[in-house]
Order: sequence, then C-alpha cells, then structure tokens
Amino acid sequence: MKFLRMKPGHGEVLIAEGDPEVETDERELVEAFRRQLDEGLWAAVPIENRTGRRQAHMVKSFDEVPRDAERVIFFPRAAGGAL
Amino acid sequence: MLLALSATAIVILVLLWEVLVPHVDEYLDRRRARRARVTNGLDYDPGRERRAEQRARALLKSCVNAEEWAMYRDLGFVRVWGKAGGDGVEYAYLIYPHKPIVAYLPQTGVLLNEYCVEFPDQTRPYGSARLPDSDDVLAKWMALTGDERRLIATANMHLIGRQVDPKQVRRDLWRLAQWERQRLREERREGVA
Repeated sequence: MKFLRMKPGHGEVLIAEGDPEVETDERELVEAFRRQLDEGLWAAVPIENRTGRRQAHMVKSFDEVPRDAERVIFFPRAAGGAL
Repeated sequence: MLLALSATAIVILVLLWEVLVPHVDEYLDRRRARRARVTNGLDYDPGRERRAEQRARALLKSCVNAEEWAMYRDLGFVRVWGKAGGDGVEYAYLIYPHKPIVAYLPQTGVLLNEYCVEFPDQTRPYGSARLPDSDDVLAKWMALTGDERRLIATANMHLIGRQVDPKQVRRDLWRLAQWERQRLREERREGVA
C-alpha cells in the first residue's frame, strides 16, 4: 500500500509504503495516515465499484481503508473559493 | 569675481543634488527589490511546474475512468454524473482545472450553478498553495465521486456567470456532445471490424 500526497509545484509525493498485513508496516502506515489528517488533509482511495466504474472512496481513518487498496491519496482539504 | 563664481557653483551643486536625490533613491530601491526576488529561491520555475503537471496527469490517468481521461485530454474538462438527487432527475458536473465546478442538466443543457472550491496547500512548498492543474481536477473528481454532499456543502455556490462564462460552458457542452458522437462512431467501427 502506498500513501501519496499531492503537492503544489511537485505533483504527488510518496510519503509511506508498506504491507498492512505486516505489523510494523501497519503501525507506520497508521502513524503516517494520522499525521496527514492532523495536517488537515483529506484522504481518498481510488476504487472500482460493482459495475466496474472507477470512483473514489473518502476515508477518515486508517480502518476505513480497504485492506487490498494499492494507494491512498492525500490532498488539501477543500475550501470555498472566490466569493 | 572668483567668489561670485564659487558661490554660483555651490548653488548649482545644491540644486542638482535636490533634483537627483529622489532618482538615486528610487534606483537603489528598485535594485534592492530585484535582488530580493532573486535570493528568495521561490521564483516561478516553468520547468518545475511542467514536471509537476506531467506527474499530476499520470496520476489522474491512473485514477479516473478511461472515458474521463480521454475527455480531459481532448477537451480540457471532465464530466462527473451527480448522485445526490433522489428524484431521478439526471444532473452532472463539469470539472475544470482551477475554475468552479459547473452543475447542469444533461438532457436539456440547462446550466444550474457554479460551485467555487479550491484545495489550497498552506504549506506552500514552492511559495504557492496552488496544486498542478491535473491534481486540482483529480482532487475535485475524488471529492465529488467520494463524498459529493460534503464537497458541495463546502463550496461557495453561485448562479452561472459569476466566474465562468455561460457561453463558453454551452460551447463546451456542444463540444462534449460532438466528442461523444465521434467516440461512439469509432467504437462501432471497431466493433464491426
């Protein structure tokens, strides 16, 4: 499982990688996940639904991430734009 | 005689000094400002931005549906179907990079609203909080397909025309219809072959 973070002027950055079935990796992933959310980011997992369409699954904790997910993408929290 | 000439010269020097000092100050200020811009290291770097955009495009392509990717590549925007309406009325959104999301009714082409939303990264790693174009599109796509209600609730809603040009959006919808027809024809041709 890879954790990617969108960054201005860079594109995505790999911030953590590991196998959630391995205990030490899982601990690191949980920690990295928490750090990103503490920084105010949103997290999404790209998935395919039952009809084969791709969509995103927004997650708020590591427990919500599907165990077989290949990537979790972190991106800045949405804010209302120009008034 | 000599005394008079010396006095005149001194007066001329003083007057010249008065005239020149503001110009010299201005020149020095401008020079300082130029140097300050060079040394902060956060200048706009087109090469870096281009590489960032290339990475963002690859990520977008790997996440969205093939049709959506082709739409973005060919037309510069992505259409996402709305899911929140429970009364069976079909509606959709157009996602543009760094522009409001536009909601519309596909069957009639009626433009509904524009939702102004941004994803500012306040860490500003290179001096700007702005994501690359394709990352902005992907962020909107993920937020819309993953939690449409939350994104729409966060956005500032306006009637069409505040930031996006309705004529341009209608033209984009026409381009989209043409593009879909063309795609359908090609798919049919490939199916026959």
